[in-house]
Amino acid sequence: MSQGMIEGAQVAAQAAQDSADPFILSFTVFVMAIFVGYHVVWNVTPALHTPLMSVTNAISSIVIVGAILAAGPMEMNLATILGLVAVGLASVNIFGGFMVTHRMLAMFKKRK
Amino acid sequence: MSANMVALAYLIAAVLIILALKGLSSPVSSRRGNLFGMIGMFIAVVVTLQFSSVQNYAWIFAALGVGALLGGSVARKIPMTHMPQLVAFMHSLVGLAAVLIAVSAFYNPAAYGIAAADGGLHLASRIELFLGAFIGAITFTASIVAFAKLQGLVSGRPVVFTGQHFVNLILGLVMIGSGIIFCMDQSWPAFLLMLSIALVLGVLLIIPIGGADMPVIVSMLNSYSGWAAAGIGFTLGNNMLIIAGALVGSSGAILSYIMCKAMNRSLFNVLLGGFGGDGGAAGAAASVGDRPVHAGASEDAAFLLQNAERVIIVPGYGLAVARAQHALKEVVDALIGEGVDVKFAIHPVAGRMPGHMNVLLAEADVPYDIVYEMDEINREFGEADVALVIGANDVTNPSAKTDPASSIYGMPILDVSKAEHVIVVKRSLAVGYAGLDNDLFYMDKTMMLFDDAKKACESILQSIEK
Repeated sequence: MSQGMIEGAQVAAQAAQDSADPFILSFTVFVMAIFVGYHVVWNVTPALHTPLMSVTNAISSIVIVGAILAAGPMEMNLATILGLVAVGLASVNIFGGFMVTHRMLAMFKKRK
Repeated sequence: MSANMVALAYLIAAVLIILALKGLSSPVSSRRGNLFGMIGMFIAVVVTLQFSSVQNYAWIFAALGVGALLGGSVARKIPMTHMPQLVAFMHSLVGLAAVLIAVSAFYNPAAYGIAAADGGLHLASRIELFLGAFIGAITFTASIVAFAKLQGLVSGRPVVFTGQHFVNLILGLVMIGSGIIFCMDQSWPAFLLMLSIALVLGVLLIIPIGGADMPVIVSMLNSYSGWAAAGIGFTLGNNMLIIAGALVGSSGAILSYIMCKAMNRSLFNVLLGGFGGDGGAAGAAASVGDRPVHAGASEDAAFLLQNAERVIIVPGYGLAVARAQHALKEVVDALIGEGVDVKFAIHPVAGRMPGHMNVLLAEADVPYDIVYEMDEINREFGEADVALVIGANDVTNPSAKTDPASSIYGMPILDVSKAEHVIVVKRSLAVGYAGLDNDLFYMDKTMMLFDDAKKACESILQSIEK
C-alpha cells in the first residue's frame, strides 16, 4: 500500500466524520431537549401541575406541522385526506389546550 | 422563505415553547409563559403554511377552523372537575394525529421530502415511522380507555384476567416483529398489522389499572404523546418537533414519577394493575369494627374553628365531588375575618390529576398564597390548633407511618394527627380508595362531623355568623 493511498483513506474517513448522519444530529437535539425539559419541569411549582399538563397537551400538538405538510398537495388522495383530519385534530388540541390553560391560570390570584 | 430562515423561525418557536414551560415556575409568570407558547405555536404554523409544497389552503384553513371552534368551545365550558377527562381526551387526539401523519407519510413520502430514489422510504425513515406510528397508536386507544374510566362511561374497577401479562407480552413481540418486517420490506400488510396490534395493546395496557391510579396513567400518557410528537419530528427531520416532543415527554415522565412517589408505588407496580380491586375491599370489611368515634355537630366544629389561632384545612377530592369548594371558601373568609390564621395543605394526589386540587381551590377564589404543598406545611401541623379534614381520607392515615403491615405503609402523608384538634367531615366511616380503615378517625382528639361536605360547610358558616 502506498503512502498516498493511506493518506487518501484518512482524508475520506475524516470527511465522513465531519458530516454526521442527519439522524445523529436530530438525536443530539433530542437528548439535549430532554435535559432542558428535565430542568425546566422540575422548576414548575406543584400548584400548577394541571396547567402544565394542559399546556404540554397543546404543545405536543406541534405535530400539526407534519399534518399540514401531509395535507399540502392540491391533489386529493388518501394521504392529503388523512393529513387534513390530522390538522383538524391537532387544531382542537392547540386551541383547546392553550385556552383552557389560560382559563385556569387566570383563576390563580394572590390574597387581597 | 429560505431553508435557513425556516430553520431559524422554528428555532424561535422552540425557544418560545421552552419559555412557556419555564413560566409555570410561579403563577405570576405563568400567564406570560402561556402567551409565549401561543406565539411559538403560531410561528410554527405560519412558517409551515408558506412552504411551496403546501397549496391546499382552503381545506387546511377549514380543518383549522373546525378544530379551533370545537377546541375553543370545549375549553370555555369544561368544568374544572372534568380536567382529567379533558386532558386524557386531548392525549388521544395527539396520538391519533400522529398515527394519521405516519400513515400519510408512508402513502406519499414525497409530500415530506423524505422519498428515496425509488419513491419508497429510506431505512432510517422507516424505523422512525414505525416508532412514531406505534407510540401514537398506543397513546390513542390507551387515552380513550383512560377517558372512559375518568368520565364514568366504564367502571373504574381494574379488569384483570388470567394470563393477561402473557397476552400483552406476546402481542408486543408480534407488534415489534411486524414492525421489523416493515422496516425491511416496507410492505403495507406488516405496517397495518403493527398498527392494529398497537391499537389493541393500548386498550389492554390500561384496562387492568384502577380508577385511583388514573393520575399516574394520565401523566404517563402525557409523556407518550410527547414521544409520539418527537417520533414524527424524527420522520420529518424537524428539530422543532423533536424539541417540543422531548419537552412534553420528559414533563409527563416527571409527573408520573412525582405521582408514584406520592403513593409510594413503583411505576411498574402501577402498570401491572389490579390495585383497588376486590382484595382491598375484603380486607377493609374485616377491619372496620365497632371502634368508638367522637361524633360532633357543626356548632361544635364552628366553636373549635372560631377559637383557634391557627387552622390548617386538608381538602380531598370528596370536596369537589360534593361541590363544596365555594361553601368552604366562605367559611375560610369568615374565619379570616375573625383573625384566624387559615392555611390549606395539599397532598400531591389530593385530586384526580397532578395539581388538580389547586385548580379547584383557585376556581373557588381561594388565594394561592394560603395554599401549601405537603412538604412546605407538614411541620406546621404540630403548631396548629385545628386541622379540618374535608373530603380526604387515605392521605391522612397515620398507619402509613406507624403500621408496617398496612398496604399504604411508607406513603408520605399529611401529619394531621399532630394538630391539637382534628375535625373530619365525612359522610360515613366508609373506606377510601386504598380500602383501608383510618386510625385518625378513632383518636381522642378527633371529632367526626358526619355530613355531606357542602352541607357541613354551610352549617358551620351559619354557626360562625351567629
